[in-house]
Amino acid sequence: MRMKNYLLGSLFALLVLFSCDVLAPGEPEENELLDGPVEGLSMAESRRFIEGDVAFNDQIFTVETGLGPVFTGTSCVSCHAGDGKGHPYVKFKRFGQILPGVNEYLDQGGPQLQNRAIPGYEPETLPAGAPYTDLIAPIVTGLGLLDAVSDQDIIDMSDPDDLDGDGISGRVHWNTRPDYVTDRPGTISLNGKYITRFGKKARMYDLLHQTADAYNQDIGITSYFEPYDTYSGDKLSPEIDRQTISDVVFYLKTLKEPIPRDQDDPDVMAGKALFQSTQCVGCHKPTLETGYSSIEAISFKEFYPYTDLLLHDMGPALDDGYTEGYATSSEWRTAPLWGIGLSKDSQGGDYYLLHDGRARSIEEAILYHGGEAENSKNLYQGLSQPEKDQLIKFIESL
Amino acid sequence: MKIFTSKYLKINLLILGTFCFSSSFAQEEESVTNKKDDEIELNMDAVFNRPTLSFDKVPVTVGGYLEANTMYRVEEGITDGLSFQARRLTIFMAASISSRIKFLTEIEFEDGGKEVAIEFAALDVALHPMFNFRGGIVMNPIGAFNENHDGPKWEFVERPDVAVNMLAATLSNAGFGAYGKTYSGNWIFGYEAYVTNGFSSKIISNEEDKTYLPAHKDGENIFEENFSGEAMFSGKLAIRNRKIGEIGISYMGGTYNKFLNDGEELEDKARLDVFAIDWNTTIKATGTYIVGEAAWIWVQTPDTYTQQYGNKQRGAFMDIVQPVYKNKIFEWEDATFNVAARFDYVDWNVGRFAETNTRIGDQIMAVTPGISFRPTPKTVFRMNYRYEWQKDIVNNPAKQAATWYMGFSSYF
Repeated sequence: MRMKNYLLGSLFALLVLFSCDVLAPGEPEENELLDGPVEGLSMAESRRFIEGDVAFNDQIFTVETGLGPVFTGTSCVSCHAGDGKGHPYVKFKRFGQILPGVNEYLDQGGPQLQNRAIPGYEPETLPAGAPYTDLIAPIVTGLGLLDAVSDQDIIDMSDPDDLDGDGISGRVHWNTRPDYVTDRPGTISLNGKYITRFGKKARMYDLLHQTADAYNQDIGITSYFEPYDTYSGDKLSPEIDRQTISDVVFYLKTLKEPIPRDQDDPDVMAGKALFQSTQCVGCHKPTLETGYSSIEAISFKEFYPYTDLLLHDMGPALDDGYTEGYATSSEWRTAPLWGIGLSKDSQGGDYYLLHDGRARSIEEAILYHGGEAENSKNLYQGLSQPEKDQLIKFIESL
Repeated sequence: MKIFTSKYLKINLLILGTFCFSSSFAQEEESVTNKKDDEIELNMDAVFNRPTLSFDKVPVTVGGYLEANTMYRVEEGITDGLSFQARRLTIFMAASISSRIKFLTEIEFEDGGKEVAIEFAALDVALHPMFNFRGGIVMNPIGAFNENHDGPKWEFVERPDVAVNMLAATLSNAGFGAYGKTYSGNWIFGYEAYVTNGFSSKIISNEEDKTYLPAHKDGENIFEENFSGEAMFSGKLAIRNRKIGEIGISYMGGTYNKFLNDGEELEDKARLDVFAIDWNTTIKATGTYIVGEAAWIWVQTPDTYTQQYGNKQRGAFMDIVQPVYKNKIFEWEDATFNVAARFDYVDWNVGRFAETNTRIGDQIMAVTPGISFRPTPKTVFRMNYRYEWQKDIVNNPAKQAATWYMGFSSYF
């Protein structure tokens, strides 16, 4: 009897263990997730990726750990949920610059309005009459691949004088950069300026520049790289160590690119052809290649971001009257379209597209296009409804 | 007594019994002073309603409980594997200093001693049934679980989300107050009222990135200093009908931030208010035991602060426990098998985003079916399966997780 009980007990235990597979939630499809590392990292690199992942997704800043006093978000993940596009509740303003190269409001809190404050402090307010633009956070996946595109390749895609006569005159953003960044392989400079490529107006040189600036301007965290407090303007001791920032930069460099979905769907395939015929590819270049990178997994790799990393005049509808670096107020860097179909999963189930989330659908975003994209917009409007649906379905598959 | 006589069920229960017994331990029959079930009165009595060891001619009783379990969790298809947890060892001691003066303390060692906390250490002076003084480190009487949280009393390894992750159970603070009870026929009425130290600003500045009352417990010197400088009030009214059940309403509130320092105003005074309702009943016909509580929290946060930290929270849990087999098993008289289910819900940020007028997320919902075996009322072996859905602040698709638990909790 006792032996029988033990056998029955063991059988029950096996049933419990078997149920673990049946009753557990399954892993989402790889192409439904934005997070995760690029393939081919070494074990040491994977370990560093995880360190950066923890800092990016789990480190929450509090009053005790340096938050603010004025800020726009409390952590990296508060603006980039699931490594995706940000939600408008963490929308923020950048202000003060009308003409290229000159921000007249730096002594009044510019260029970024820290619109939140810890208890006992007042957040910044927009100076009367200051030009501004609202911004929401972009998707952060695949940034290492964009970072590893050579300067020469970006120059080769530019056509500032529209010599090919297609109405598209993308230009490189030659801009200043902080001293703490280092040259990427094959860096090209012109009159002391460098090609900057990250940010909505491509004002950032590389991911260290982007990361250190975001900790400082978004969260109010001073670092070795950006030591000035956004509230007092004083130079403070670092509130985050260099290793953490370095790990976050590594994490951003090695986040995998979004994986397209439904590429065999006939509508998606038809939409891809329409994307070509409506000349969207003039700016949203499907294919880029990386140059050399010290991270082997992203070195000399072909990838599909649907951007040219260049500035384009987007017309009056997207001209907020504010600019950065040496871009004009109507110029925006071509937004990579990869991952756009997954935006809803990081924006609470809705689309908030374009730089400030004003477009609530892909079609609305297309219709905001003007300037160099006016022709493509008109071609889109000339499509039949089924064709429009196919084109949008293709964009959503990216 | 056989409550359910299906042959199929008996076979299954036999299997479960064998399984539980295969991991059994040697338990000595000790001399305990334990109230019978029908003497259980109000939740507020839980602190005294525990088995303890007493010694001849020594006016001190000693007791405690131990909880341990295995856990296997799968979140979105990913698991960190199986873990074994010795969650807590709690020791309580009581002493009758004189006929009307008692002392009782409860010391908890969590996670293998990583955290040691005095959960309760109070002197009770009985002046009148309706007025007893209590002072020291008292458990704030908010909801039911906070005061009635001993592991062996529950059929689930995890404590209720609303109690632990919203109301900060086990929540105790230094302070004093009064409690009392009165009886009329089958009716019992009780009250508790205390003034204690309050919460701190950690509740709106913490690594959970949400308004989170449990963060208060991470503060230093919480039993020595009152962060805000103003007393927090907590009180409860409870009424029980011995044939129907108990219902309690409780409130806790006060200023939580340090708005003054050296007489200088640092920030606007901010307060929190907590309201809870709890209930429990046993359906005589079936023996079904139902217990639960619901709570609401309002926290004043500056308008200029991040919406990450909400100013309104709500949550609830409910357990349904059904004894299905009660008989003599392996020399244990009245050993009982139960099936049970728990529903958990917490919304840490009730409201809508100012920018989009869409609902703020930051909520969790979970269901936990389970089976428990009680060889005696003081010991419970339990197997639980919890499935949860957790949404982030912007209401992205819920992350789903399943967790299997197997463990025990026993008074000693």
